[in-house]
Amino acid sequence: MITTDILIIGAGPTGLFTVFEAGLLKLKCHLIDALPIPGGQCAEIYPKKPIYDIPGFPDVLAGDLVDNLMKQIEPFEPTFTLGERAETITKLEDGSFIVTTNKGTKHHAPVVAIAGGLGSFEPRKPQLEELSKFEDNGVEYIIKDPEVYRDKRVVIAGGGDSALDWSIFLADIASEVTLVHRRNEFRGALDSVDKVQELKNLGKINLITPAEVKGILGDTHVTGVAIEKKGEDPFIVDTDHFIPLFGLSPKLGPIGDWGLEIEKNAIKVDNTLDYQTNIPGIYAIGDVNTYPGKLKLILCGFHEATLMCQSAYKRIFPDKKYVMKYTTVGGVEGFDGTKKQAPKAIVKAIV
Amino acid sequence: MQDVNLYITDREGVQHEVIAPTDMAMNLMEVVRSYELAPEGTIGVCGGMAMCASCQCYITSEHQLNEMEYDEDAMLAEAFHVQENSRLSCQIPITEHLNGLKLTLAQEV
Repeated sequence: MITTDILIIGAGPTGLFTVFEAGLLKLKCHLIDALPIPGGQCAEIYPKKPIYDIPGFPDVLAGDLVDNLMKQIEPFEPTFTLGERAETITKLEDGSFIVTTNKGTKHHAPVVAIAGGLGSFEPRKPQLEELSKFEDNGVEYIIKDPEVYRDKRVVIAGGGDSALDWSIFLADIASEVTLVHRRNEFRGALDSVDKVQELKNLGKINLITPAEVKGILGDTHVTGVAIEKKGEDPFIVDTDHFIPLFGLSPKLGPIGDWGLEIEKNAIKVDNTLDYQTNIPGIYAIGDVNTYPGKLKLILCGFHEATLMCQSAYKRIFPDKKYVMKYTTVGGVEGFDGTKKQAPKAIVKAIV
Repeated sequence: MQDVNLYITDREGVQHEVIAPTDMAMNLMEVVRSYELAPEGTIGVCGGMAMCASCQCYITSEHQLNEMEYDEDAMLAEAFHVQENSRLSCQIPITEHLNGLKLTLAQEV
């Protein structure tokens, strides 16, 4: 069981900044995120895109903003459960919570802050008959262990970076790799496109374009896929695995079943006070929440995180007095023993 | 600058006549959101960067639209339910040209 003061669900910019504001109040944080890396959308969808409305930054790349936040919160030693989705929540008699992930990891905290953005990123699935029947029976959307494909036949569908990268990687492991894409052109890093071309020329990747997978064959496990090349009759390619890689899309997911008040695919919160949800002790901050006048902006998430931490402190220490202190005055005292503070002025006579 | 009239058929098949300003640097996806013609969180998920295809629509009138840029074309190559008249509505700026435009929102994926 992982225990912490504030359990943050979602490691996007709002979740990460919460660690800082909590740290100033000596509260420890643990973060859960469905993605394998911190940063949320900024890291997953648009790391190379500039953002122009972070106060004090005329422009900053989304990926750099995440790197900066990670550096800013480092003294507060946040811990992470990555690549796992928060699945269930249980409220204990003392008012604290246990959150369990889809992989069974349990987390215990007196305060839960949902900073889940638009939800957890789930693979986009092609619309094929009986697709769900074959899931984990030869159809996989995420490659967890490439060794599963050793000496097996694999069909990959998609035209982006992950389709290209996995085709290249599996070319050395699988007995046969077929890459199917709706266009002749691929969108990916130039060197991956070149590498696939090279492997195709060497006969290590069987490239079928412009084409689409139209059906899956098999009894209980995938034995083949039906592929349709533009303007031609469909044909069968025998395979042991079919891996559709069409990117990820966010879904609110299991959080939607936690008994929280939901409106417009977002969690309703009290924005006049502290961004608490209808369940005391559970807060929702950043893009995942809604209230009159809500704007889904990173800068608003930062503000919400700051106010939420003050309320969380009062919840955890109801009798302990505290007033907000400026970092310029109090400095930043990390849990790792580091201390940042403004240099003291020197008083010395000039003669 | 004048406003334009648009005819937007939502995912339930209901047509809405809406008025969109041409002087606010809006795009079609934002117009759909401003009139709440698709539930929040199911359209414009990436914010309008041509990176998610949640705002895919089918253009059903004969209007000449701005040409597709590489990003949009590549995204549509990976999207589902794509037809000849598919566009990402986030990539279509509202101009006076669009007056009378008819479009249908693609279903949610």
